[in-house]
Amino acid sequence: MSALTFAAQDSATMLWREIKHSIRLLRLLIVSAILVPVVMLLLFDYILGGTLGHGLGDVARGAPYIDYLVPGILVMTIAGGCGPTAINVSMDITGGFVDRIRAMAVVRGALLAGHVGVSVLRMLVASAAVTAVALLLGFRPKASVGDWFAVVGIVAAFSFALAWLSAAIGLVTKSVAGANGSTLPLSFLLPFLSSTFVPADSMPVGVRWFAANQPFTPVVDSLRGLLTGAPVGSTPYLALAWCAAIALVGYLWAQAAFRRA
Amino acid sequence: MNAVIKQQTDAAVSATALRKSYGKKVVLDGVDLTIGKGQVFALLGPNGAGKTTIVRILSTLIPAEAGTATVMGYDLRAEAGAVRGVIGVTGQFSSVDDLLTGEENLLLVGRLLHLPASERQARASELLERFELFEAARHTPATYSGGMKRRLDLAMTLMGQPRLIFLDEPTTGLDPRSRQTMWQIIRELVHEGVTILLTTQYLEEADHLADRIAVLDHGRIVAEGTPEELKRRIPGAHIRLRFADSASLAEAARLIPEGTRDDEELELRVPNERGIRPLRDVVARIGDHVAVEDLSIHTPDLDDVFFAVTGSASKDKSQ
Repeated sequence: MSALTFAAQDSATMLWREIKHSIRLLRLLIVSAILVPVVMLLLFDYILGGTLGHGLGDVARGAPYIDYLVPGILVMTIAGGCGPTAINVSMDITGGFVDRIRAMAVVRGALLAGHVGVSVLRMLVASAAVTAVALLLGFRPKASVGDWFAVVGIVAAFSFALAWLSAAIGLVTKSVAGANGSTLPLSFLLPFLSSTFVPADSMPVGVRWFAANQPFTPVVDSLRGLLTGAPVGSTPYLALAWCAAIALVGYLWAQAAFRRA
Repeated sequence: MNAVIKQQTDAAVSATALRKSYGKKVVLDGVDLTIGKGQVFALLGPNGAGKTTIVRILSTLIPAEAGTATVMGYDLRAEAGAVRGVIGVTGQFSSVDDLLTGEENLLLVGRLLHLPASERQARASELLERFELFEAARHTPATYSGGMKRRLDLAMTLMGQPRLIFLDEPTTGLDPRSRQTMWQIIRELVHEGVTILLTTQYLEEADHLADRIAVLDHGRIVAEGTPEELKRRIPGAHIRLRFADSASLAEAARLIPEGTRDDEELELRVPNERGIRPLRDVVARIGDHVAVEDLSIHTPDLDDVFFAVTGSASKDKSQ
């Protein structure tokens, strides 16, 4: 068997392991990956949505606030998957399991590949579930079939990028609690400092520049444009370029950290 | 197989001048080891002596800073992959997956070894049966006792039928009965021709299981030999007699002059050999003249070994 077959086989085995883990922790994952974003959706739409929607003015193009909000909530859903991924990686690396793997003739990258693969799967399933709930709550996308494919593509690319980054964070933090804490800026701070809930232009000057130019904003803006049928221009390419850059940095960082760990 | 690099040797492990330090702390200070195929070799020493570091180096988990080693004929550095294919490691800390059932843990290892599905299943069932884990097969290790967890850990190591097994403190923290079970399992493995490198803090354990023992202290091997050879160097075995008052102690000390008096503890320590003859002799010489409050037999332990080979007690040394 060739080295490539072994790599694929070992990665598939680790993927199988992580899927088993996700099934064992299903209730926990449903709460953290689906319920939390749904609660955010309800809070921002029902409680804050009136004023926020009103304040959007022309930006909303006459649509209700929920249409503006859902793309942002999708990005939060994906970012919410960072914590569990970092925690799972950290648990493996701080426990004895990784030593067993290292002392066996197992392809080096398989463990991380399994973590990242299942992380992306979890993020995609959660995004689909949150979208379904949003549709029930009155979200009315105007996307064409082609637009939907583009949405899925961007969601997948962003998930892949954040999964590698969280895997790296899980590897470099010394404890499981640390891994969880270190992903908070990703899952909580960056969505707020982007166009997730309100346009970046509406923010105070210092924050505005950061919000307009950080990776979450082009991702949210592309999804929003595609889902609401607004022209997106080159924003999706910018979003994909950011995803590629984050994925590459996350991958290289994770590989280096795994060798050291 | 690379005929040039693979050495013609009967040694399962042959290591020369292994060195390792973390920062300024020297953990291994030039360790030489030779372990014959089919042997049980015990590394005996207190915490911090370097036992686990040796295991981690020889099982390819960490590199040595200096020194060379071959494991089952493969060069540790150049042929790490080949080494991994023939060894099994059961570490000091549990390496079972806590979210998978006992059976799934074994099947996971089977998959990683690229065993065909049928063989994987057969081998997992066989090991579950052999290690009395059949009832636990469908439960996650959260419900296991310490001994069961350790047995599952070892069963995972055996999925690949390794020819050399590293057991890092396999019985630390186990109750006496689980320890006996583990010893039995180790003896069976030896019977099957597997070579074992075992680390332990217990002289008794090394004595029971090992063909050869190396005593490790501060990253150096300070003594090596068969259990018999080592124990001959230890003067620690003695019979301990305790008395109610100093008058009785004085009388006993007169009757058994080779004993050592401890006036504070009101004890007399008489050097002991194997068998019951010395004990019978001591009891006979004391006779009915002196009231002995308590009698105990002290067998040499790690402290005695350390005292004998390093001149200081292990407790002080490990600080």
